[in-house]
Amino acid sequence: MTAVLSRGRSDAPVRSVPGRPAPRRRPTVAPTWFLLPALVVYALVVLYPSLAGSVLAFTDRSGFDPGEWVGLANFEKLLRDDAARAALTNTVAVAVVITVVQTTLGLLLALALNSAIRARNLMRTLFFAPMMLSPIIVGLLWQYIYTPGGPLDSTLEGLGLGFLTRSWLGSDGALWAIVASIIWHHVGIVMAIYLAGLQSIPPELTEAAQVDGAGAVRRFWYVTRPLLGQSTTIVIALTLTASFKLFDQMFVMTGGGPGVSTQTLSLVMYQQAFVYGEYGYGTAIALVLTMIVAAVVFVQLSITRRGEHQV
Amino acid sequence: MTAVPDTSIAPAAADRDPRRPRRPRLRNGYGRPVLELVMVALTVVYLFPLYILVVTSFKRPVDVAGNPVAPPPDLYLGNYETAWFGADLGRAMVNSVVITSLSILGAVVIGAMAAYAIVRGSRRWSTPTLMLFLLGLMIPAQLGMVPLYMLMRDLGLLQTYWSVIIVNTGALMPMTVFLYAGFLRTQSPAYEEAARIDGATWWQTFWRVVFPLLRPVTGTVVIINAINVWNDFLTPLLYLSGSSSRTLPVAVFSFRGEYASEWGIIFAGLVIAALPVLIVYFFLQRHIIQGFGGGLKG
Repeated sequence: MTAVLSRGRSDAPVRSVPGRPAPRRRPTVAPTWFLLPALVVYALVVLYPSLAGSVLAFTDRSGFDPGEWVGLANFEKLLRDDAARAALTNTVAVAVVITVVQTTLGLLLALALNSAIRARNLMRTLFFAPMMLSPIIVGLLWQYIYTPGGPLDSTLEGLGLGFLTRSWLGSDGALWAIVASIIWHHVGIVMAIYLAGLQSIPPELTEAAQVDGAGAVRRFWYVTRPLLGQSTTIVIALTLTASFKLFDQMFVMTGGGPGVSTQTLSLVMYQQAFVYGEYGYGTAIALVLTMIVAAVVFVQLSITRRGEHQV
Repeated sequence: MTAVPDTSIAPAAADRDPRRPRRPRLRNGYGRPVLELVMVALTVVYLFPLYILVVTSFKRPVDVAGNPVAPPPDLYLGNYETAWFGADLGRAMVNSVVITSLSILGAVVIGAMAAYAIVRGSRRWSTPTLMLFLLGLMIPAQLGMVPLYMLMRDLGLLQTYWSVIIVNTGALMPMTVFLYAGFLRTQSPAYEEAARIDGATWWQTFWRVVFPLLRPVTGTVVIINAINVWNDFLTPLLYLSGSSSRTLPVAVFSFRGEYASEWGIIFAGLVIAALPVLIVYFFLQRHIIQGFGGGLKG
């Protein structure tokens, strides 16, 4: 190692630019062209389309009409459009609720399955299993579970809770019925991240607290919880960004209905752009979504920077 | 409690290390059985939807119309026959395998190379380039969806594998570069320096020395990306729907339209679509749970 370093240095050109220190070469500087293939594909698929989309959002392009610059007209239209307005509030509400509920449930699961109980490994496997399934599969499955007189209703009746039955996907609560199915689907990833975090905590710490007489709740709050900070950051970042972009579940289960009650920004965007051919307007909706996600990421990064030191 | 065979993720190694005396357990005696009971009950409730999925797929229409929670009277396989032959699920499965493997292959090859250039390359460019890639974790795909669709249309790639493979590879770049770069930072450059001194070209150094050392993170990259691509719906819906190259999620979705509310047939299709990943999952569960749980920590 040291031999390599000194060799590298002695090889470095002695020629120096006047006024600057002699360039110090690292022994191995990987070639920049290794970046090229990734950059080309990334630019083609993400960078260029996103930039083009940011311009498109200010035009009225549609179908085969090239359209022209319309300034903020698309955003004014959005404020008058019931479906888009509903989508905006739904998207934010759903993201907040899913993040809070899913994080809490996932943490509780991880705590329970990190303790020395029987069959905990089997349970971990089972709670994570739905994560393997496509949202389309889960969406169709829950659509049937929620059908009137279907599995959920008949279970409730069997339990003597018949008064709770309703048209789950056909009434006001449809959005929250879908949210419940999404949490069922994704709670396993939260559990897995917290389990990984819990397993990196040395057991000596909690045991010391236990010897000192701290009960389970205080042990969690004062010892475990602060050490899970990084896991929580990852969980919240993942859950929030995923929840803002929800599409598949609503598309499959309700198509945004009844009325506009289960619309999300991604769904309205898809309908406007690819069903009605309103390219400009659809992309304007996507730009609003991008702004929301960017704002949330910015806020989260600044909180994280203050709370813990990481890359 | 440690007598329970501990086969799954990161077994609490300290508990089983024979050289260490077993730690005295200080838990109060009745706490654990209560927790165990609660967890078993919770698991049963949690598995209820999957029970419904399997049970319904074996029911005749007349039984589906009956009690939805009851098990089927016999093992009726007609739904599977209809689903398999009616929707050409075999073809869709092949499509999914081809698209997923080529997308992942592309992402791994070019993503690992890019991460290497970022971590071991010229310092001036490394941070801005990494930031540029990480930006992609934040930008919703919806923003570029229309321009990208028009681009693929102009390139004549709509309804072909290539459109979806290129889109997936590009969309996977941020996560792939992020994971590889994070791992590479923790690795010592000693081996590659030795290879360089022995006269290996950069290409040889990377593929023969560096890439094999990246195996642990390659596993994580493959697992996370493969599950995302396999289950993705919107991209193949846009680029492949109506064509014979459609993937499983798209095929299963069009199924719903075709068989309306013949839930037995629909669910047989869902089970067929779910089986490949579930089989892989039960073999690799430890790696998969760990990959998702620990791998995402940058």
